[in-house]
Amino acid sequence: MKRSWYASPYALWMVLFTVVPLLFVCWYAFTTPSGAFTLDNFSKIAQPMYLLVLWDSLRLALYCTALCLLIGYPTAYFLASRDFSRAQSLVVLIIVPMWMNFLLRTYAMMTLLEDNGVLNTLMRAMGLPGMKMIGTEGAVVLGMVYNYLPFMVLPIYTVLKKMDYSVIEAAQDLGCNPLQVVSRVVLPMSIPGVVSGITMVFMPAVTTFSISRLLSSGMVYLVGDMIEDYFISMNNRNVGSSISLVMLVLIILSIGFLRKVDPDSEGGGLW
Amino acid sequence: MKKTVVIALAAVLIVAIGVGVYFATRKPVEDRPAADTELTVYNWFDYIDPEVLNLFTEQTGIKVNYVNFTQNEDMYAKLEAGAGTYDVVFPSEYMIERLIKEERLEELNLENIPNLANVLDNLRDPSYDPGNAHSVPYMWGTLGILYNTEKVSEPITSWRCLFDEQYKGQVFMMNSLRDTIGLGLKTLGYSMNTRSADELREACDLLVKQKQDGMVAGNFVDETKDKMVAGEAALAVIYSGDALYAMEKNDKLAYAVPEEGSNIWVDGMCIPKGTQHKEAAETFINFMCQPEIAQMNMDYIYYSSPIKQVVENLDEEQAANGALNPPQDVIARCEYYNDISDAMDLYEGIWMEIRMAR
Repeated sequence: MKRSWYASPYALWMVLFTVVPLLFVCWYAFTTPSGAFTLDNFSKIAQPMYLLVLWDSLRLALYCTALCLLIGYPTAYFLASRDFSRAQSLVVLIIVPMWMNFLLRTYAMMTLLEDNGVLNTLMRAMGLPGMKMIGTEGAVVLGMVYNYLPFMVLPIYTVLKKMDYSVIEAAQDLGCNPLQVVSRVVLPMSIPGVVSGITMVFMPAVTTFSISRLLSSGMVYLVGDMIEDYFISMNNRNVGSSISLVMLVLIILSIGFLRKVDPDSEGGGLW
Repeated sequence: MKKTVVIALAAVLIVAIGVGVYFATRKPVEDRPAADTELTVYNWFDYIDPEVLNLFTEQTGIKVNYVNFTQNEDMYAKLEAGAGTYDVVFPSEYMIERLIKEERLEELNLENIPNLANVLDNLRDPSYDPGNAHSVPYMWGTLGILYNTEKVSEPITSWRCLFDEQYKGQVFMMNSLRDTIGLGLKTLGYSMNTRSADELREACDLLVKQKQDGMVAGNFVDETKDKMVAGEAALAVIYSGDALYAMEKNDKLAYAVPEEGSNIWVDGMCIPKGTQHKEAAETFINFMCQPEIAQMNMDYIYYSSPIKQVVENLDEEQAANGALNPPQDVIARCEYYNDISDAMDLYEGIWMEIRMAR
């Protein structure tokens, strides 16, 4: 038996659960409910009102990715540094929240942020004025960062950990000051990890819907919510599919763009 | 080792023969004609006293495979995909109307459901299913406003309160197309089932403005009741059943059906086309309309039962509770939802505008 046969269970799986559904999405996106060919589904979502929703999704996903990078990079750098011996146990601590379903974590976040929630109660007990948190864009971004941060930390950590330390020593010997070591040597070498992290955070963030619905109290309306609304409340798979297809193309384009930055997929090559 | 295998095989053989003989000699009991069939009952999540199912199997010998959904639209999608999978389903009135229109429901043989006579007169022969030909009411209720008596200054009697400046940022609306647009229409004095583009436009403008003015603090369906118990808002649009749950947990909450009128909803029991066990399914529906069984269900889920004897049995406090026992004048000003799927394009545009308003 040829080795390639070993992949057949996965190939079957992929055909059943990726290729066939994708064909359905394409079919529905270009047809009317009665099955005739149409482009109306796309002209509908090209209206300014719909594009604003798309823009909101991209904008919040960008905020989330930027914050994850700002928090995640130093964290990964710190964990990967040689003089830190407990890195392994801290990495486990980063992964532990991922063992729990993200919906449960988001519900927990909701009770923290509510007007009469844990944080506001604490603040009032300390004599501070309460703060409006739930129902704001800030709450949604916070929820996304909380959920997706590990996806940024881990690939960067892996790349930094694999880095040959003698390169850094060489830079130091050749007269780099600590700042230059980071900016001229460590940062360029860790780009593959950063690219991988950005992809893994940005993609789920841009299509998120349950996090945004729970933490914005249904007030921030994103593409994910719109797709759900079309499929379920309005029983209109056709428009729902066309929105999904547009998202898919956008995501493929952004992966293609990121590939240019990391052509050899050194950051783990997840996508 | 060999010996063990032989003994095991012998044991299997004996059991198999025993089971075979048992089934071969067993005759169906005459008053339990449908015994040994298995019904697949497809109901809303957490919407029955589980003990009722055991009693049913005990009395009739019919087994029940009980499965759940959380939205009419979910149920519709499943029914559309797999006819013949389900024997009894529990859709709401507008969905029943749609299923009848699309010929997805069996006509009931009402001779097998004599307990239909127990159903309240005003819920029988409804406009969505004339003559109860396809459905028998299971639970019913209204759409209204749940309010926190400590956070409002006046009695809440009108949908207008949801648009009143003094409750800015204190209103929970419902993330549900029919209910939200419907209450907008009612506020303006129109029918919740209108197909008039002008009336819908007016309702849309009202609801968009409400959002732009910062009146709305959230849009939920399932979360509303718990958030109201926690005192997160002054007013919330809610189904009477959820209101009952919330009022049990927080005595500062009260429920009102606005004077402009509202929706009266009924979840009915229906038999989808393609069932193999129609008679057993009718036995099940009949069983659910027995007063003592309906009583058990009402006590368990605490929704309003449509069974006369149960309503007569309410104690004084329950009878006075408008959410549990809607008074006649409330019923008179409420209307059922009709199926509007043919005007869905119109509703869809309006709903998107409301959702996307900023």
